[in-house]
Amino acid sequence: MWLRLEARAAPSRAMRYLPPLVAAALTIVAGFAVSLALGRDPLAAFYAFFVQPVSSLNGVAELLLKASPLMLIATGLAIGYRANVWNIGAEGQLILGAIFGGGLALHLPGVDSRWLLAAMVLAGALGGMLWAAIPALLRSRFNTNEILVSLMLVYVASLLLSYLVQEPWRDPQGFNFPQSKMFADAALYPILLDSTRLNAGFLVALAVVACGWLFVAKSFLGYQMRVAGLAGAAARYAGFSARRSVWIGMLAGGAAAGIAGVGEVAGPIGQLTPSISPGYGFAAIIVAFVGRLNPVGIFFASLLMSLLYLGGEAAQMELRLPSAITGLFQGMLLFFLLGSDVLIHYRVRLLRRAAA
Amino acid sequence: MTELLVPIVVATLAAGTPLVFAALGELVTEKSGVLNLGVEGMMLVGAIAAFAATVASGNTWVGVIAGMLAGAAMSLVFAALALTLQANQVAAGLALSLFGLGLSAFAGKPLESIALQAPLVFRIPLLSDVPLLGPMLFSHQPLVYLSWLLVALVSWFLYRSRAGLVLRAVGESPVSANAIGYPVIAIRYLATLFGGAMAGIGGAFLSIVYTPMWVEGMTAGRGWIALALVVFATWRPGRVLAGAYLFGGVTIAQFFAQGAGVAVASQLLSSLPYLATIVVLVLISRHPNIIRLNAPVSLGKPYHPDA
Amino acid sequence: MIRHQIVKFLGAATAAAAVAVAGSAQAQQPLKIGFVYVSPIGDAGWTHQHDLGRKEMEKVLGAKVATKYVENVTEGADAERVIRELAASGHALVFTTSFGYMNPTVKVAKSFPKVSFEHATGYKRENNVGTYNARFYEGRYLTGIIAGKMTKSNIAGYVAAFPIPEVLQGINAFTRGMRSVNPKAEVKVIWVNSWYDPGREREAATTLISQGADIISQHTDSTAPVQAAQEKGVYAFGYHSDMSKYGPKAHLTASTHQWGAFYTRVAQEAIAGKHKPSNIWGGIKDGMVKLAPINPVVPKDVQEMVARAEADLRLGKLHAFAGPVKDQGGKERVAAGKSMPDDQLAVMDYYVEGVQGQLPKK
Repeated sequence: MWLRLEARAAPSRAMRYLPPLVAAALTIVAGFAVSLALGRDPLAAFYAFFVQPVSSLNGVAELLLKASPLMLIATGLAIGYRANVWNIGAEGQLILGAIFGGGLALHLPGVDSRWLLAAMVLAGALGGMLWAAIPALLRSRFNTNEILVSLMLVYVASLLLSYLVQEPWRDPQGFNFPQSKMFADAALYPILLDSTRLNAGFLVALAVVACGWLFVAKSFLGYQMRVAGLAGAAARYAGFSARRSVWIGMLAGGAAAGIAGVGEVAGPIGQLTPSISPGYGFAAIIVAFVGRLNPVGIFFASLLMSLLYLGGEAAQMELRLPSAITGLFQGMLLFFLLGSDVLIHYRVRLLRRAAA
Repeated sequence: MTELLVPIVVATLAAGTPLVFAALGELVTEKSGVLNLGVEGMMLVGAIAAFAATVASGNTWVGVIAGMLAGAAMSLVFAALALTLQANQVAAGLALSLFGLGLSAFAGKPLESIALQAPLVFRIPLLSDVPLLGPMLFSHQPLVYLSWLLVALVSWFLYRSRAGLVLRAVGESPVSANAIGYPVIAIRYLATLFGGAMAGIGGAFLSIVYTPMWVEGMTAGRGWIALALVVFATWRPGRVLAGAYLFGGVTIAQFFAQGAGVAVASQLLSSLPYLATIVVLVLISRHPNIIRLNAPVSLGKPYHPDA
Repeated sequence: MIRHQIVKFLGAATAAAAVAVAGSAQAQQPLKIGFVYVSPIGDAGWTHQHDLGRKEMEKVLGAKVATKYVENVTEGADAERVIRELAASGHALVFTTSFGYMNPTVKVAKSFPKVSFEHATGYKRENNVGTYNARFYEGRYLTGIIAGKMTKSNIAGYVAAFPIPEVLQGINAFTRGMRSVNPKAEVKVIWVNSWYDPGREREAATTLISQGADIISQHTDSTAPVQAAQEKGVYAFGYHSDMSKYGPKAHLTASTHQWGAFYTRVAQEAIAGKHKPSNIWGGIKDGMVKLAPINPVVPKDVQEMVARAEADLRLGKLHAFAGPVKDQGGKERVAAGKSMPDDQLAVMDYYVEGVQGQLPKK
């Protein structure tokens, strides 16, 4: 028996939407296998992972809160990925967004206007774009690989934040501990649901996802970038420069990640601390792919990924499973997705190998 | 000054060695036209496998072999996705890195805070007695010598052997290589496996020789620096060695500077290896000819015999 | 004041525990107590010591308490959810054991006024939020004395995490202890910008050794510096936990943290409904800081010297920062005849005389 791939004449439309479901199903199957292997009741593990975290209003609020940065960043990244612009440094751009937005909050302590928050979001987007502009510039001017540059800048960004909260922006009343003052109320997102942490940052995220959808599905520029990604030569022939793709793709990702950074510091954290993200910038890469680089899909994928985070925590508290299991499942999800993507372009045939 | 020179050189070589392994492996993979961005993940899984095997067996070499096999197994997952199932190589490589981070953290939980004894350095007889040069170059961990040997071997293989010629041909033009009758996919599988095995040894060096301890995410970006080193070396094995030690040196310099009382924010010093990587990448890639002459033409492009 | 209170409590704790167990044997619901840890428990380090404390409390109080811990909780947005989850699921007392949990703890405490919270190493308190910490620097002073006597190069190396007061107190107390017996001795510091990064800690330790340090001290969380010292054949001090098994020859002693008696007392108060969160900063005399067994390579007379200093610290006859205290620039920070008050200790942001190099710019 031998598997054989046969190219489809045209990519299958139906198959375009199947792989994420196949991948989610396979991840759950793998989850069962892992819990069995660890001697836990797989049903209890399933319950802890996928049901318990969202069994209360507060749980649902936490799910949406955690999904917000993921959907935001993934939407921005997807715009670049569609054009084969590989920004994988969103984590660093998120940090810069937090620095810019948070810096504004710290330097305007007396301002008591809702515009402050709007200005912070804007500043955050700028900060993220600035950080993303470095790989964009180096790529378009010197042809430097944007994957590596954007990633190196993640480490630099986190050291920069560490420096800022340790030295110039340290809370003077904070006994020299490395963190800033708490932000004033005007610099915090208002809470949407009483007695939960779900805040207006979620609405901002939704708005960005909607804009992203308009851009990729309805705008001519979005269409051009997609073409550039699928067939660079054709796009160049049509007069669309690759440099423009690079700039738009990188800046979109940077802006979205920067806004997500503001969402963290003006939301659940409320100040600048040395670490503000548990790796949302990287998890969002998975979200972008699982969501088919489409903002609608990304919305649902971000909920799934957020659930994996909360589930990992619940599994630790209830079943004493290590919380690192979250990362394992997130990685698996992407593998299964990429594997089942083959169905779009190829038909899988079982062949009996004829004796030679 | 000389009494400081020896420890600086020794520490630099040790810090550069995991990069030598990982970058050399990736170089061979890329020469066959495959871009595997999963080096970080393969190193991490190699590191935890090597650590677990060393703890269980008490033997460093068992650990090195386990790390090598684990790295190769990870690259097999990548190869299956990217070469057989035709997935996007960039996406599959990223997935491998993220998966490796999760898998190694998960598998490593029970092994956290176990400590190993670092294996003894091996002094090469006679050579290590040469003043200054002896302690600098010939009193190292055995894996350091192995990395030198492998650089020489890979160099010979790529440019002097027939098999190396075939590998490069596959990386330049898979279609013509296939037309002549070479099994393109099989050759790319082998090159990818070699890259994984080498990344695994690089990870093993970190967890059982360098630190020696298992820490979640302990590669701290070295897999990505290794990828940058391949570009820096313009796909030439000898230059990988130079590049790796340059970065090792930058890593070490921050500690020596601090110990010597240099009052610079330590965050700036810590970010030097990453900034240096960017600068070097820019310097190399701003001359399109260097890249065009040396980079495998079909790097990262999917290839399917039927297509 | 605080120290007096705690002494009474700790002294009475074990005895009271025995009585309490016998006394209120009526079938009561156990008091649910939650612990939030910043790192894996492992078998040495900051979190390991807190977990030892939790276990000691469980052992003393038996069925009267039911504890639950969550390990490896990152500081930041996720911590608040975990703390809230513990409070919401019926835990009447929650210990949050890392500085970065301070603001999340205070936030959650506002929504759960009936739950008591105890936050380690922080400075924000509420009606139901207390803080606790130990005078780690007292142990440092004692290890400094040993270092001063054991060094041949007169240079000790110090692997440090972040330049916050707690770490600077340690470096400075160590330096003062060392120079109290060896005025020529100096201390070199390398900052690794991380509480737990064995690779960098090890690199820092080997660098210090190659720059002449023959004794390594650390204010980081892994055993890597002790291991590095063992391999290079120099001495080292453990921190948080007794780390002797990671470097039996190198390890001279360790300044260890002891939380068990404190946790037991707080739990007992909470069971009795009498817990009043306050600010606890206990040292050697409160049993919160203890030296691990001293390596026999340390000569008898030095061991006796350390024992005397320990007794003096306990009696209050000795203070690690007794005047005159001069900083690196020669500026007098404490006049002769006085000791540094707690409020000054708590904001320490300089090196004392004898530390080489400059503190990273402020």
